[in-house]
Parts: sequence; structure tokens; C-alpha cells
Amino acid sequence: MEHIRTPKVENVRLVDGISSKKAALGTLYLTATHVIFVENAPDARKETWILHSQISTIEKQATTATGCPLLIRCKNFQLLQLVIPQERDCHDVHASLIRLARPVKYEELYCFSFNPKLDREEREQGWKLIDLGEEYKRMGLLDNYWQLSHVNRDYRVCDSYPTELYVPQSATAHIIVGSSKFRSRRRFPALSYYYRDNHASICRSSQPLSGFSARCLEDEQMLQAIRKANPGSDFIYVVDTRPKLNAMANRAAGKGYENEDNYSNIKFQFIGIENIHVMRSSLQKMLEVCELKSPTMSDFLWGLENSGWLRHIKAIMDAGIFIAKAVSEEGASVLVHCSDGWDRTAQVCSVASLLLDPHYRTLKGFMVLIEKDWISFGHKFNHRYGSLDGDPREISPVIDQFIECVWQLMEQFPCAFEFNERFLVHIQHHIYSCQFGNFLCNSQKERQELKIQERTYSLWAHLWKNRTDYMNPLFRADHRQTRDTLRLPAAPCNFMYKFWNGMYNRFEKGLQPRQSVTDYLMAVKEESQQLQEELEALEERLEKIQKVQLNSTKVKSKPSEPSKHSGFSTSDNSTANTPQDYSGNMKSFPSRSPSQGDEDSALILTQDNLKSSDPDLSANSDQESGVEDLSCRSPSGGECAPSEDSGKDRDSDEAVFLTA
Amino acid sequence: MEFSELIRTGQAQAELLRGPEVPPLRGTLCVTGHHLLLSPGAQATPDLWLLLLRSVDSIEKRVAGDSGTITLRCKDLRVLQLDIEGVEATMDIARSIEALSSLESVITSFPFFYRPKSLRLGDAWHCHPPESYYKRVARETNAWRLSEANEDFNLCPSYPRAVIVPRAVNDDVLARSARFRQGGRFPVLSYYHAPSGTALLRSSQPLTGPQKRRCAEDEELLRAVLAGARPGARGFIVDTRSVQAAKQARMTGGGTESKAAYLGWKRLHRPLERGRPLQESFVRLVEACGDLEQSMDRWLSRLEGCRWLSHVKETLSTACLAQMQPSNGGACILVHGTEGTDSTLLVTSLAQIILDPLSRTMAGFQELIEREWIQAGHPFQLRCAHSAFSHTRPKHEAPTFLLFLDCVWQLSRQFPLSLEFGEGMLLALFDHAYASPFGTFLCNSEKERCLCEVRTRTHSLWSGLNQPKEQRKLRNPLYVPNPSAIWPSVEPQSLRLWQGLFLRWTRPPEPSEVAWEKVWQIVTDQEKAEGSPPTVSASESQP
Repeated sequence: MEHIRTPKVENVRLVDGISSKKAALGTLYLTATHVIFVENAPDARKETWILHSQISTIEKQATTATGCPLLIRCKNFQLLQLVIPQERDCHDVHASLIRLARPVKYEELYCFSFNPKLDREEREQGWKLIDLGEEYKRMGLLDNYWQLSHVNRDYRVCDSYPTELYVPQSATAHIIVGSSKFRSRRRFPALSYYYRDNHASICRSSQPLSGFSARCLEDEQMLQAIRKANPGSDFIYVVDTRPKLNAMANRAAGKGYENEDNYSNIKFQFIGIENIHVMRSSLQKMLEVCELKSPTMSDFLWGLENSGWLRHIKAIMDAGIFIAKAVSEEGASVLVHCSDGWDRTAQVCSVASLLLDPHYRTLKGFMVLIEKDWISFGHKFNHRYGSLDGDPREISPVIDQFIECVWQLMEQFPCAFEFNERFLVHIQHHIYSCQFGNFLCNSQKERQELKIQERTYSLWAHLWKNRTDYMNPLFRADHRQTRDTLRLPAAPCNFMYKFWNGMYNRFEKGLQPRQSVTDYLMAVKEESQQLQEELEALEERLEKIQKVQLNSTKVKSKPSEPSKHSGFSTSDNSTANTPQDYSGNMKSFPSRSPSQGDEDSALILTQDNLKSSDPDLSANSDQESGVEDLSCRSPSGGECAPSEDSGKDRDSDEAVFLTA
Repeated sequence: MEFSELIRTGQAQAELLRGPEVPPLRGTLCVTGHHLLLSPGAQATPDLWLLLLRSVDSIEKRVAGDSGTITLRCKDLRVLQLDIEGVEATMDIARSIEALSSLESVITSFPFFYRPKSLRLGDAWHCHPPESYYKRVARETNAWRLSEANEDFNLCPSYPRAVIVPRAVNDDVLARSARFRQGGRFPVLSYYHAPSGTALLRSSQPLTGPQKRRCAEDEELLRAVLAGARPGARGFIVDTRSVQAAKQARMTGGGTESKAAYLGWKRLHRPLERGRPLQESFVRLVEACGDLEQSMDRWLSRLEGCRWLSHVKETLSTACLAQMQPSNGGACILVHGTEGTDSTLLVTSLAQIILDPLSRTMAGFQELIEREWIQAGHPFQLRCAHSAFSHTRPKHEAPTFLLFLDCVWQLSRQFPLSLEFGEGMLLALFDHAYASPFGTFLCNSEKERCLCEVRTRTHSLWSGLNQPKEQRKLRNPLYVPNPSAIWPSVEPQSLRLWQGLFLRWTRPPEPSEVAWEKVWQIVTDQEKAEGSPPTVSASESQP
């Protein structure tokens, strides 16, 4: 609180996004957790909430006649411009936000004050939703090949690993400890995924401290043990996910990669995924392309190519595909590492697991996957996503890339995933929001010390509670194409990698499809289910009536007609398809179009009702409930009036006169 | 002419490869007048594999040892490989296919021989788009009339017999205006926007020439358009060429409307690519899509380099100029380029899909294509003579119609619930425009079709497509009528490569088919559930 120099500024103008042309006038509030902008609109109180932890950069721009502009870029790719009338206020807001966006203590983060009105028991239940112990049991590990090791109890061996780990049965504590001393940050090889069908496994570790010639007997024994745990294969792959050059450079620092001569029966393989610094600047370049005002097709494609972003996504996917194929087709176990084994290794292991096991393509399974390969294995969430003020060189979109890989796969296999795009977008949002405790800190150990589970809530429980929002209506669990390993075409298929408009431009509503197939199909599905239930109820009643009729005299009764469609067809004209300014700089043409911005006022109304628990998401995103006409397309029929918003949508002359 | 003269060999043993995902087919290969047949031996499925020779775009032959290989690249972008036993047989078959696939005569083409059992000749040819569209317009306004001044195609050989023109001008004015417009294409009504009382017109360029000639009747015609519209309505002439190109056209007798001569009309230039550059763009894109060995970065720069998506963006942006909002005064719009048969039609037809909910229905879309492309004189025979694989130097080929279909696909992606037809319909139209057993896309104009008696001697594509068995392939199960205009986003982030067309034969089709099945299942489940309750009430009413 002491960092807020001025809690309220009036007559501020908000320009929301790149494509919006109109500024909204309103009042700006700074609170301990949010920046809130409330529009001065007589009929609809449109609010924009920005969490401090979402703020990535704040840029003070040159003062203009209307005031001092502040450009705020958010980690969830929202872009806002605030124009503050007074220089002094602008300075204060800027200084306050700089401080608020960079907390120094975990206790300052939103999750410690966020209260979703759940009691203690509910909170504890929430944390128990995802249980990794159960997950390893589900994998079907055979007792004579794999064991649960307690060697890392109290984080004695490796402070960035979890306390409970699975290692090969023949790996003794001596071997593990010995191996850990020969690995960066003592991250010794441990099980990530076990493929029940052929006993092959994916293990992960950090790089060996091999330098130019060092060896370690226990480490060599450790790799042998992994191979022996898979009786079906006489070798293991060791996959170094770094470019060869980087790995070689590490040798000079006493680190490096496995020498094939020292380890028996390994096949060593480099897969060139670039490091976190390359990825950070690649994303930066891509976002610059997204920020271009009315780019030409060439500007866009050139920019996208020059950013290299899709090339990096493909590299990660290729690595995952390689491992999945080694495991499922060759039946060989794979040990994966990069440098420290917490970034690229996490990406690659989780992509491979996702390809191999349909369980991870379900809603709950995906939560488990992130819990396992990212949270428990010590992915440095705090450093990578800048929860606390820290070294900017540590920040990198590592998990963002994994989430995008999942989306690219969803585009390829529309029926293979139980969840939809919105699920991914919301997870990305909450990785940065610090609203839930799941992604705090850099390791399990730190989280335990902070007593995260006692003091914060779990995102997984929150998502699970709202799971109907995240379902993919096209999911076909039993189809031969989706029920086991996902098979990608053999050809390299560059065209399969597309720009993810729904993530990087998700706040630019004008750029998104105006109607959502997912929401439509979910509503249809729900409605037919409801009709089915009504039918069953009616049939039951009919049976009863017929019995009564047989027994006594005729009793007349009429079953109430199922009220169908009442919320359906009429609401479509609220799709405010406001035209854009296509005429470019040709001022003479009367096509000055109303801006896209005002559609939100309608959205907010419906959304706040829907998801009051999540003000950040609902206030800012129409992905929440998809297209406005669908949000009110209630399958329950009857009750939900088509939309209170249709009358308030001042800009949709289009809709009005076309229906007139 | 006898086809048998061109068929050098009756048959040969061959193996057909249809891409990596499909198993090869072995059997007896046979060339007939219009088809390539492969009849599998008794071992496999008894189905005959059939290819319309007309759909072969290019043919490549290689011989090695005592067998040969023929690679057929089809106009629908499929690549087929035939491994044939015998060098002589390979050469003969290749030459036969070459000769038969490039026949230019219309009346010996397959549609004149195609007699499917399920269809009767003459069905669906009864629709007369200008007439039926005029009925729609006449219900809204009295400002337009149906003129039969072109009854015998004397005014304009590429227009249909009847056109819709302002009521205030008589046929003499039309005749004068026609003489002032290239190819006689005087301004006619393309679409009447009832809510704003304004109109969308199309024509060809005026023949002003270097002396900046004027034509009083042409000016009168456009004046009458404004007078007939909502009072105070302004006019905009959208020239689909650059200012420079329009000026240059004067040197060859063409040109563009001068501001002084057409009061109330303003001119805009929106250069759209046409002709050879467009064809080359198409060829380069197909080449890039077929090259599976390139790296990620090269893919994006090739996608950029072929400029196809830029053309899509420009076309959609220009079509969006047709914003006839009453709040902004409402404007009449005349679109033309040079000949008025390509980019002009692209713009007017897309504008209608954006504005007019009826043209987004199955029937309305078919009517739109019939009226705004076929009857409006888009020279399909010239433009679609070859697709992207032809080695011959393009003369008149241009994928204008494909560009239209791509833009419609982009609309369907941004408004997935608003079109009654699905991607299958767009793919079918692409295929049939380039090679078809139906007569709908034959010839270059209504006049030519009359000479060839296309209407009476061939089947209409529409009757073929409207058969019940085709519906599941062509319809959009998600359709919910949307009475609003559908303004698309034309930002590059919102536009995508149409993979369903350009990668139709290279990407595995299965995942999207599986998804489509599921969509149908969800939608039909609902219909079933909705359909069942009445049975309950029926039995209930019995005593």
C-alpha cells in the first residue's frame, strides 16, 4: 500500500489494444493488487482490471496535447495505453506501478490476499486434486524394475528436485548420490514417464560434469540401470536438447555431454533447441510484429519469419516427436537433458509424454503433466516468469512455448484433446497472475518452506470446478486415431506450424474469429442432453400415468412441452459485426467505422455474471464465453433472456438496420 | 472428330500411386475418349478408378528398363503416379492422355456425353438469375428495371440477355453507353442494398482514350443511379487498378471516369492483381506447398514470396469498401477494372456475401455464382484452361475464381456459423470450375453457351450438387442464420493459408475428417433429441 502514491486519477483515457481507434474516458484506480480503469459511461460501467503481476513493461511516452501517455505491456499479451491529463499524476502512477509490478517478497503477491470464499477443507481438497503419487501408480511401473526412492528426503541430494522420485530398481543410493555429484546442480537421472506397453521410459537429468575427459563410474552405472530397467532394448538414447555448439562450449566450463566411449550401449543425440536468451528475444521480435499497426501481409510474414519463433516451436516439437518415436516404435528408453535440465528438458519430456499417452490429453491429465514435469521437477517459475523482481536475463517464455506446442497439436488433431484452447490460454494467464500458489517459487523446497498449500489456493481446483468451460466438444477418446500415441506425418510439415492468433493477439478482439465453434457445439451438446433427460422424464411420467389409467378412471394430464430454442435463434443479431476501417488512409470515403472497442461493454455484463470469481479474466477477455451471442445462448431455454446487451451496443448500427 | 484416332493404345498393366497415405492400386489401365480407367484385378476392391482426362494439367513421362512412369498433375492439385509395364505402352498412353486432355472443342467435351441416371436433362437450368434477382429488387424499389436490350447479345457479347438498369434510362441510352465501355459492358446493377436504398454496380472501363472523350449517355446512366437512390446519396467509383495503370490505359483507348464529367461520383483506386501475375502467384504457392523438404524459415518466406495471401487480403479489403451504412450517408458504388470480368466480379460478389444474408445460404450462394460469375461473363474457359502445374506459358489463365473461393473460405473461418455451405462446397466449386462432367462452367459467356446449346445438352452442376446424397459433404452443420453483415478482419494475423485446398493432397486428411464426423454427430444428436418428444404426446392423447 505504501507504494501507491496516488490511488485515483480522473479523466484518464484508455486505448485498449492496437486495433482500437477510440479512447475511453474514465477513472483510474490503483489498488494493492490491481490497476482498475472504470469507464465514465452512463449506462454500462465498463471496467478493465489489470493485475500488477501481469505487467511486463511500463513505458512513459512523449507528452501530447491530451496528456501524458503510459504504455503498459502485459505478460498475457494485453497492451494498454493510458493517457493521463497531468504530468505529475502520470509520474506518480508510473512510479507506483514500477514498484507494484516488481514485488520483492512473495508475500506481496496476489495469491496471499486472494480469497475465493472457500473454507479450509475445500482448500485442502483443492490441493489434493492432483496427486503425483497416484500418477506414477497409473503409469503401471513394475516393482522389479522401478522403485520409489527416498534418497532426496529433506532435499538432501538435490534441492531443486522433489523428495519422492522413481529410479531404476538397480540404482542404489550410492549410485544415485555418486551420479548426482557428476551432474549440474546435482540433478541426477530420474524417471519422467514410463511407457507401459513396452517398458521403455523417459528419464531426465541435467548435463554431466564431464569437461573434456572426466568420468564418473556411478553415473555410468546409473545409465546402465536405466537400460536394464527396460529388458526389451539393449541400448538407451541420450538426448541432449541443446545445439551441439552450446554443449561443446560447456565442456570448457567443466560441464558438457556424455562421451559415448565411456558409457556402454548409449546412442547419443543432439537436438538443437536454443537457450532461454534466444527464446526471449525471439518472442520479443514476434510481439513487435503483433504490435505493428495495419501491417501488410509481407510485413507480417517477414516479421514472423525473422522472429524465428515458429522455428523454435518446431524444434521443440521435433525433439518431442523424436523421443516419442524412440519409445513407442523402437522400444528404447531415453535420457533427456539440456544444461540444468529444467527448461528444454521439461518442454521436451512433456511434449513426448503428451504424444505418447492419451491420459495427458485429458483435462486432469494435462494438469498432472504440468505438475509432474514442470512444478515438481523444479522449473524456475519465479525466475522465468518474473513473479518477483529479479534478473531480467532469467526471464524466458519456456512454458509458453510448451503451451503453444500443445495448441499446434490441437490444431492438427482436433479430436485428440479433452480440453479446448481457452484452457491453455487460462493456464498461461495464471502462470503469470500469481493468483494461485501453484506456480510460485523456483522449486518444491521453496514452496514447502513458504507453506504455499496452507496459505494459497490451487489453480487446478479452480479450473476443475469450471471444467465445462474448458471442454472440447470434438473430443473422441475412443477413436483409433486418438486413443493411443498420436502419429504425426513422416514428412517435416512446416505448414503445420501456424501463428497462434488466439494467444498473442487474444486481446485484439477485432482480429479473432467472431463466432466460436467450440461454444456453439458445447451449447448444442448440452441442449440435446437436456432434451434427452426431459424425454426420459416424460416417458417415466407417461408410464406412471398409464398405470394410473389402468387402475382408476381416466385422469387427464398434459405433459409440459419442452421449452426449446427460446434462447437460441433470436440473439444472433447481437453479433456486433462492426465494420473496420478498410479504406486505410482514404479519408474521403465514408467508411469511418465505429471502433471494435465498444463491444466489450456488452460482454462484461454477461461475463461478470458468469464468472465473478475471476475478475481479471472476465474483464479482459471475450474468450471467456466466446462470442457474445453465444454467451447468452443458454441451453436451458426460457430463463436466460437473449441479451441485456443488445440494446446497449451503440455501435452496431449494422445489426440494427439490417434486421430492421 | 473421332477420339479413337487419338487413342494410341487400348490398355496396359499399371500401378497407381496416389500419395503417401493411400495404398497403391494395381490393375489394367485403359484410356477412353474422356477418361482414364484403372480396373483392379479380382484381388482388390472391384471399384473402378476413374479420372476425367480433362482434369489433367500436366503430364510427365519417364522410362527405365522395360517399364515406364507417368506423373499426372491434375487441375485439382493432385499428383498421381502411374507405373506402367512396357516402354511402348507408356509412351502411347502418355501421348493419348496429352492429346485428349488438351482438346479445345467445347461440344465434344465430356459434359455433352455425361448422362447420369439420377438426373434429368434440363433440371436446374430453369433458373434465370437476372430475372429472379430482379423480382427481389422490384419488391424493394421501383428505381430499377429489367432491360432486354441485350436480347441478341448485340450490345454486349459477354452480358446475359437481360440486365438490371435504372428505370429512368431507356435502351438507347444503354446502347450508347455500351459503345463507350470496353466490350460493351455498360454499368448494370449487381446488388441492391434495400436497408440503405443504395446500389452496387459493375461495368468495364470507359473508353475515354488519350483525348479524354466523354459520353453523355454514360454520364446520364450514372446520374440516374444516384437519382434513383436514397436522396442525397453519393457515388463512388472503385477502380480496381492503380492510378498509374488507369492513366496508362488511356493510351490504348481505355481510361477512367473524369471527376468533372460524373457529378456526385468520387473515384477510388484499389489496385488488385489480375492476369498473369495472379496466375504466377498461384503457381508459386502450389510449388511451395508441394515442397516438403524445405526448412521452417524457408516455408514462411516462400509463403510471403508467392504473395497469394497478400492478394487475399487486398481483395477482402476492397470488398469491404462496400460499406453502405445509412449513418454515413449511404453510397452507390460502381466497380470496374479494365474488362470488368475479373477483379470487378471478385469485388462485387464478395461484397454481397458480406452484406447479404441470403447469399450465404446454399441456394443463395449458387444463385450468386450463377449471376455474378457465370452470367456476368467471367471467361471460365479461358481462365481455367490450366491450373498450377501447366508447363505451357499462361495466356489467359488466372485463378480469379479460386481467389474468390479463398476469400469466402476466410469469411467462413471468421464466421464459422454464418454460411450454410461448408468447405466441401468451395472445394467442389474449385474442382468443377477447372474440370467437370457438368456444363455449368463451360464457355466464356452466355452467348457462347447459347451457341453450344449448353443448357439443353448438358447437366447443370447445381442439380448435381443439390442431390440429397451430396448434402453432407457440402453443407455446414454449424449454420445458424445470421441477419447481420459479416465484416471480416483483414489484418494478416486473421488470414490463413487455406490448407484444405492447397494442402488437400499432401496433409493427412484423416484428423479433419474425424473432427467433421464428430461435428455432424453432435448436431444430428440434437436434431434427434428435438424430434422425439412428439411421439410421447401422440401416445398420450389416446384414451
